[in-house]
Amino acid sequence: MSAETNTAIREVLREHARLPVDVDTLGDDADLFSAGMTSHASVNLMLALEDAFDLEFPDRMLTRSVFESVGAITAAIDELSGQNGHAA
Amino acid sequence: MSVVVDAERELLLEVRRIAAEVAAPVADEVDRESRFPVEALDALRSADALSAAVPEALGGAGVSLEAIARSCFELARGCGATAMVFAMHQIQVLTIARHLERAGWYESYLREMHRDQRLIASATSEIGTGGDMARSIAAATPSDDGGLEFEKQAPTVSYGAHADDLLTTLRRAPDAEPGDQVLVLTRSEQMTLEPAGAWDTLGMRGTCSPGFVVRARFAPEQVLPTPFAEIMNQSMVPLSHILWSHVWLGIATEAFERARSFVRASARQKPGETPPAARRLAQVMADLALLRGEVSQALADFGASDDDAGRERLMTMASVLRFNNLKLAASEQTPLVCAGALEAIGILGYKNDTPYSVGRHLRDALSARLMVANERLIATDAALLLIAKEA
Repeated sequence: MSAETNTAIREVLREHARLPVDVDTLGDDADLFSAGMTSHASVNLMLALEDAFDLEFPDRMLTRSVFESVGAITAAIDELSGQNGHAA
Repeated sequence: MSVVVDAERELLLEVRRIAAEVAAPVADEVDRESRFPVEALDALRSADALSAAVPEALGGAGVSLEAIARSCFELARGCGATAMVFAMHQIQVLTIARHLERAGWYESYLREMHRDQRLIASATSEIGTGGDMARSIAAATPSDDGGLEFEKQAPTVSYGAHADDLLTTLRRAPDAEPGDQVLVLTRSEQMTLEPAGAWDTLGMRGTCSPGFVVRARFAPEQVLPTPFAEIMNQSMVPLSHILWSHVWLGIATEAFERARSFVRASARQKPGETPPAARRLAQVMADLALLRGEVSQALADFGASDDDAGRERLMTMASVLRFNNLKLAASEQTPLVCAGALEAIGILGYKNDTPYSVGRHLRDALSARLMVANERLIATDAALLLIAKEA
């Protein structure tokens, strides 16, 4: 997982997760929901990630745990990029 | 296994008897006076029905969700309010049993709950959250005696004044975000419920669900270990929609059966002629069949989810949509069936004092669209549809 992907994910988070704190104060393992991301904001986050990375999360991945941290999102995008052959 | 099957058979026989012999005879009085159905709850306690779903290892009968759902249906044939109280209590019991993660305090609690047949209410809604159960204002706050305490403004606590214990959503700590919630069980001797308003409603009058200001002091062990976000998706929301909809199906079925009795009585008076009401009854039967189909299928879908993979599936948006669909469909369909039964019966159904009265059923059924407002569920579904791929 490249540093650019991490930066790109954080950029989408800053734009769409509507966190009450600066996303850069959160580590890759920090729980975004505990940090104040609502389920409504998480839907917007998912849409924005699909757009930014040009992929689609299948239903099995549309769960809270997949989007609960920068690290978890990274793992999900890695998995899908591998499948799709995208170089994210 | 066969012990559990026997326990389920015995539970259903008892519940059917209680519905017909204890709940039904006073259902109109409970409704008229907006009073708690104390006779039926006493009878359910005597039958150990309140702890029927407590796992066998903790002293209960360990009956299946199917048996509990069927019990809700049967009770609702006799009295909708009694059935709703029973359903809500079972939602709390099943939720605790599914998420106690071997926590010692909760294991002892369930044993005691079985022994004393304690009734559990819940305070999951809160003034100021706009009806969103996924957010809390009240927080688990350290108290001066080294334990925890909270004060919560609850707009409705069903049978709050009649319950032994209370399951409450709170923010995890005073500095936690509104969505960072835990579930806490407090016992009657640990809390005070200060009434805030009355319960004089169109229907479901016997559930006695006014608002309360709840204040409690409790030990840290009384916080359920699983985060509420998980409990909500894996248990509390789908179980609520499943058991509520079985109550609604029972109410609709009773209204339909009253219409059927009316039509039969009319037919006997004029042999050889099909009474006009029979045509309306045939339409109502089709509406009832649709309701029954969705309620049964949802129960089957949840039943297929009872392992680790299943619990993971319950966390998906597809699953949230599935059980929201149940709630939307059942809460729309139930008043439709009751109103159809009323039309088939006519004035004898509209009057409150005939064997064919269905006014109470229709009024009780109208609560279905409001307990968790359908408008809120539709807004949630609309957002999820933007991203969910199936269903």
